[in-house]
Amino acid sequence: MADAKTDPLLTPVVDDDGTPFWEYAAQGELRIQACGNEACAELRWPPRPCCPHCQSFATEWRRMTGKARIWSYVVPHPPLLPAYAALAPYNAVLVELTDAPRIRLAGNVVTEAGEPPDSVPPDRLRIGARVQVAFAERDGFAIPQWVLERS
Amino acid sequence: MASSLKDATAIAGIGQTSFAKQLPESEKALACRAIVAALDDAGIAASEVDGFASYTMEETDEVEVAKAIGAGDVTFFSKVGYGGGGSCATLAHLAAAIATGQASVGVAWRSRKRGSGPRPWRNTTAQLPTPAQWTRPFGLLRPADEIAMLTRRYMHEYGATRDHLFNVALACRNRANQNPAAMMYERPLTRDMYMTSRWISEPLCLFDNCLETDGALACVLVSAERARDCRHRPVYVHSVAQGLPAQHHGMVNYWNDDPLSGPAWTAARQLWKQADFGPQDVDVAQIYDAFTPLIPLSLEGYGFCGRGEGGAFTEGGALETGGRLPLNTAGGGLSEAYVHGFNLITEGVRQLRGTSTAQVPGASTCLVTAGEGVPTSAVLLRT
Repeated sequence: MADAKTDPLLTPVVDDDGTPFWEYAAQGELRIQACGNEACAELRWPPRPCCPHCQSFATEWRRMTGKARIWSYVVPHPPLLPAYAALAPYNAVLVELTDAPRIRLAGNVVTEAGEPPDSVPPDRLRIGARVQVAFAERDGFAIPQWVLERS
Repeated sequence: MASSLKDATAIAGIGQTSFAKQLPESEKALACRAIVAALDDAGIAASEVDGFASYTMEETDEVEVAKAIGAGDVTFFSKVGYGGGGSCATLAHLAAAIATGQASVGVAWRSRKRGSGPRPWRNTTAQLPTPAQWTRPFGLLRPADEIAMLTRRYMHEYGATRDHLFNVALACRNRANQNPAAMMYERPLTRDMYMTSRWISEPLCLFDNCLETDGALACVLVSAERARDCRHRPVYVHSVAQGLPAQHHGMVNYWNDDPLSGPAWTAARQLWKQADFGPQDVDVAQIYDAFTPLIPLSLEGYGFCGRGEGGAFTEGGALETGGRLPLNTAGGGLSEAYVHGFNLITEGVRQLRGTSTAQVPGASTCLVTAGEGVPTSAVLLRT
């Protein structure tokens, strides 16, 4: 039988377009794909081969401040994969970046970097709450997490 | 050749297996049973079938079906992606093929052992790169988690409540209670049961989620002229549309500018543009209900109410028999069977034949929709 020990939390299944995100994350940087055409320079997410605004294939990865607000959140309960069932109920959030409100990232709100997705009680979460990115190591990946700002 | 699909084709036959948590036969055998039943219902020989359409998630290929049932030379076959978003698109593809002479007798079907088989989200090896990379590591594992995210935002923005979601679950359950073929026949639902049930992914509880079902369904599509010679009153495909909105992101739509206006809005624009009637003229609706919040979102998308009004629309028995828009009259995915929405198509046909177990008197128009939140499709049926 699969259990939480033999079947750990999932790591990203990285594709070509997403590779730079994870490389920058490993350096502690939150970067988002943007059009490399200076006349356009629009951000886009998730990453893709060309710009939907100007069709340029020139690409850059723009550094973000890591500040965001909770757009929505859920609290999953079993049945779940074993490692997640062991944490449930935990939170999963969608945040929108303060620098670029239409860029949204999924993640977990935690007490501090490296803590698990059940470390913050769900009743402390509110849509609109301010959070800051932090990175946690998971099987060779730097996984973005979100820490509530003190208000 | 037809320059429009409007009323050019009609559904002449429907068929289905029983629905249960576990059926002994294989998906392939169930598919063949449903198709043979649909052909018998139409009074058309299997040897006349020359067109097939199904879902990319369908495990039984048209090759297997064709040789098992004894189809003749097949000249059109098509599969549509995005899970339950493809249900009505199977009719769209067959209608286009028949109206343009590529085929004459089309079969659409779905067979699935989702009741006794594996839950797709448990497979961590075969995942689309986008959600696998950007959502799954964070524990957004299941469709219920993904839709719950949109649901909480929807409730926050528009004041929709769990009572609104309960209204959806209750309407479907009440109709299933009238339908002996439904998995939830003779199993009533109360508000207390709903409000005290276990969470699946907050804010969604057990009764906000569809059933897990083994079963298969099929329908037979032919030209309008041919349908008039078949056994039953023809049910015409009046308008049919697929919808993939600009900047939509597949099965998880978190990244366009406005995630709460989903593919339904795109499909609806095309659907109504081609139709001779509008939302106010729809007698009965079969709206894809893998999760209760898809109903208010779809009511808005297909124009039955304004943006943000979908929750309030459900009040006052609007979705019940005799209400403004009787919904999912065989019980839907929530309470009849969850077979990727194909049972919504067959119930639409029964309503327009006058043979539903929860018949809307004199129903002559029906909207059937496919999964919302994913690239979708919809069809307007009329007598």
